[in-house]
Amino acid sequence: MNVTSNDFIPMAQIALMDDEMRVSVNQATTTAYNKRLNVMFEAGIEHGEALRQQAAHAKRRALSQLPELLEQAEANFKANGAEVLWAVTGDEVNQLVMDIVRRHEVRSVVKSKSMVSEEIGLNHILEANGIEVVETDLGEYIVQLDHDTPSHIVTPVIHKSKAEIRDLFIRELDMPPTDDTSEMAQFARRVLREKFLHADMGITGGNFIIAETGTVCIVTNEGNGRMVTSLPRVHVAIVGIEKIVETFEDYATLTQVLPRSATGQTITVYTHMYNGPRKTSESDGPEYMYVIFVDNGRSDIYASKYAEALTCIRCGACMNACPVYRTTGGHAYGWVYPGPIGAVITPLLNGLGNAKPLPHASSLCGSCKQVCPVDIDLPRMLLDLRSDLYQEGKTEAHWILGLKLWAIGNQSPLLFEIGGRLARYITGDHPPKNLPGPLSGWSKYRDFPRFAKKSFRQQWRERRGK
Amino acid sequence: MIDDQRESPVGKRVSLFVTCMVDMLYPETGWAVVDILEYLGVQVDFPMRQTCCGQPGYNAGHRPEARRVAIQFLRAFKDAEVIVVPSGSCGTMIRHEYPSLFADNSRWRSEAERIGSITWEFTELIVDGLGIKDLQLRLPYPHSFAFHDACHGLRVLGLSLEGRTLLGNVENVSIETLAEADVCCGFGGLFSVKMADVSGAMLDRKIKNINSCPAQIILCGDVSCMTHMNGGLSRQNSAKRVRHIAEVLAEGLPKESNQ
Repeated sequence: MNVTSNDFIPMAQIALMDDEMRVSVNQATTTAYNKRLNVMFEAGIEHGEALRQQAAHAKRRALSQLPELLEQAEANFKANGAEVLWAVTGDEVNQLVMDIVRRHEVRSVVKSKSMVSEEIGLNHILEANGIEVVETDLGEYIVQLDHDTPSHIVTPVIHKSKAEIRDLFIRELDMPPTDDTSEMAQFARRVLREKFLHADMGITGGNFIIAETGTVCIVTNEGNGRMVTSLPRVHVAIVGIEKIVETFEDYATLTQVLPRSATGQTITVYTHMYNGPRKTSESDGPEYMYVIFVDNGRSDIYASKYAEALTCIRCGACMNACPVYRTTGGHAYGWVYPGPIGAVITPLLNGLGNAKPLPHASSLCGSCKQVCPVDIDLPRMLLDLRSDLYQEGKTEAHWILGLKLWAIGNQSPLLFEIGGRLARYITGDHPPKNLPGPLSGWSKYRDFPRFAKKSFRQQWRERRGK
Repeated sequence: MIDDQRESPVGKRVSLFVTCMVDMLYPETGWAVVDILEYLGVQVDFPMRQTCCGQPGYNAGHRPEARRVAIQFLRAFKDAEVIVVPSGSCGTMIRHEYPSLFADNSRWRSEAERIGSITWEFTELIVDGLGIKDLQLRLPYPHSFAFHDACHGLRVLGLSLEGRTLLGNVENVSIETLAEADVCCGFGGLFSVKMADVSGAMLDRKIKNINSCPAQIILCGDVSCMTHMNGGLSRQNSAKRVRHIAEVLAEGLPKESNQ
């Protein structure tokens, strides 16, 4: 997927004018945020916090031994009869998938949700090679039908209203007109059922990879994951290397925080676990199973001070909590992962120069860290990325100059006081309604305060001496 | 409050870090802090060489500049026993960001950690530091207020009950609830300028909540957020205003101890 994150500001401006989208995003994020609060702390604040810390610990422990656990997972998958493949870049993933497609003479593919496949643009490659690809997560299916992109990692069509989806189904699928959401879902279900029955290959992501057993875990609410992995002849799981956890017990911890944080559920409707292809004694399941471990920039993060970002379990809670995401929606972020985690990993995976505004797309309010089920210090990472932008010379000249002057003024109490008096002298009792240059952003929405006639320090000197 | 295993400030001289914004824009807030602390028998001084804590540069990513300003702060407060600051975000900068800002700086690291450990936000100093929950104050007129929880004070320093406790014990006061009181007002320092439209939309939502709140005055522990919200309220011709909690508390002081 193309990275358009450098256009965050104009894209956010466009988003701000889309009232229908903003209502949809606002309602959905607020609901998810509140539902999370209820179930995360249903056994008390302390219990919920302890669960978060336990989950964070499980992911950090896995990260600290990532190479070993990946090898362990590979060995166990192989022992279970699955084939394990490794891809450094997105192009390599696409190549590996096309190799599998050719080997098994695949003509149609069904997919359950995989954000990694969005990263690498897999659908386009498959379609360009004449393979039919159908997304089967309802949200992803809607996105695909509308030639749109997901704007949230858990609820991909969070930006669309019911009416838009109704019109889309009528237009693209000849759905009999209805306003009833369950009728609409039933209609999509019937369409998708046909696709499942005829597909040659199923592609999934993976929420967790358990190293000690060689298991791909997938959580869904629609059951599509089960169809994708059991009906077609071939199952390909495409997973980022950071999805690894050490033990089944770690999975048990993490599966308590993932649905709670993502959708406010104590558990998802379906939990799927796949160790390998169908055994001779088994009556269903795919004949072939492949696990493709994807790097695509992750090992660079692993080697950096941002390694903790790899512990993200993609719950989307930071998006739901973020007042910036709530305001702009996800498309403005310009790539696969929006919101606070997107503002951190988009520049890390694509280069800081390709996502310069994102580290600044935050008021640093801290809500993301507060809700993160694995306690990733997102505000600190945003601050560090801002510092990197500055150190790498990717900051606009007027801010460099402005903050150099600010620093000079604040290193001298005398200059500081002169500056204050000057500001008072210039702005007087009636500060200008419009500020000049880069500061005009302030006066677009807010009046500027009056500087005091006498500063606190002047008054202190007069009343108390030095 | 959460991380406080710190040395008690009881009986110590308190140095006021008034903050750059209070110094230039809201000196009355600075005096309110002084008046209340002196009313409590606390000895207050004002180190004259103070300027800014460095937060604007630090949050923008300009760390070398922020470090130079922070060193000015450390020099200005080198003799402080306890530092009080009427701002949760400046308090956060000094307590939580200085240690990382000076992590690789052997000259200033330990001093930055010491200064951080003696710094208290205003309501935190009174309630958690001095252990005072009831200031025995009375407003001259009945009034209702609501709180906006400024982000850094709430989520980094863990402050939320402190201000409510102090105000709740003032006579003639009723406390209302502001919807989404813990949601950011959209300020975020240079964010409000660099991402002005997004920030403005966040502010708009805050203003809608303020306008539909029964209280006329919204209280806040951070003058930067206050400036932001008041700038928007004024622009939108709202009669509501945000005030710093210290000012309202100071209005409840017995007359003779007022400046």
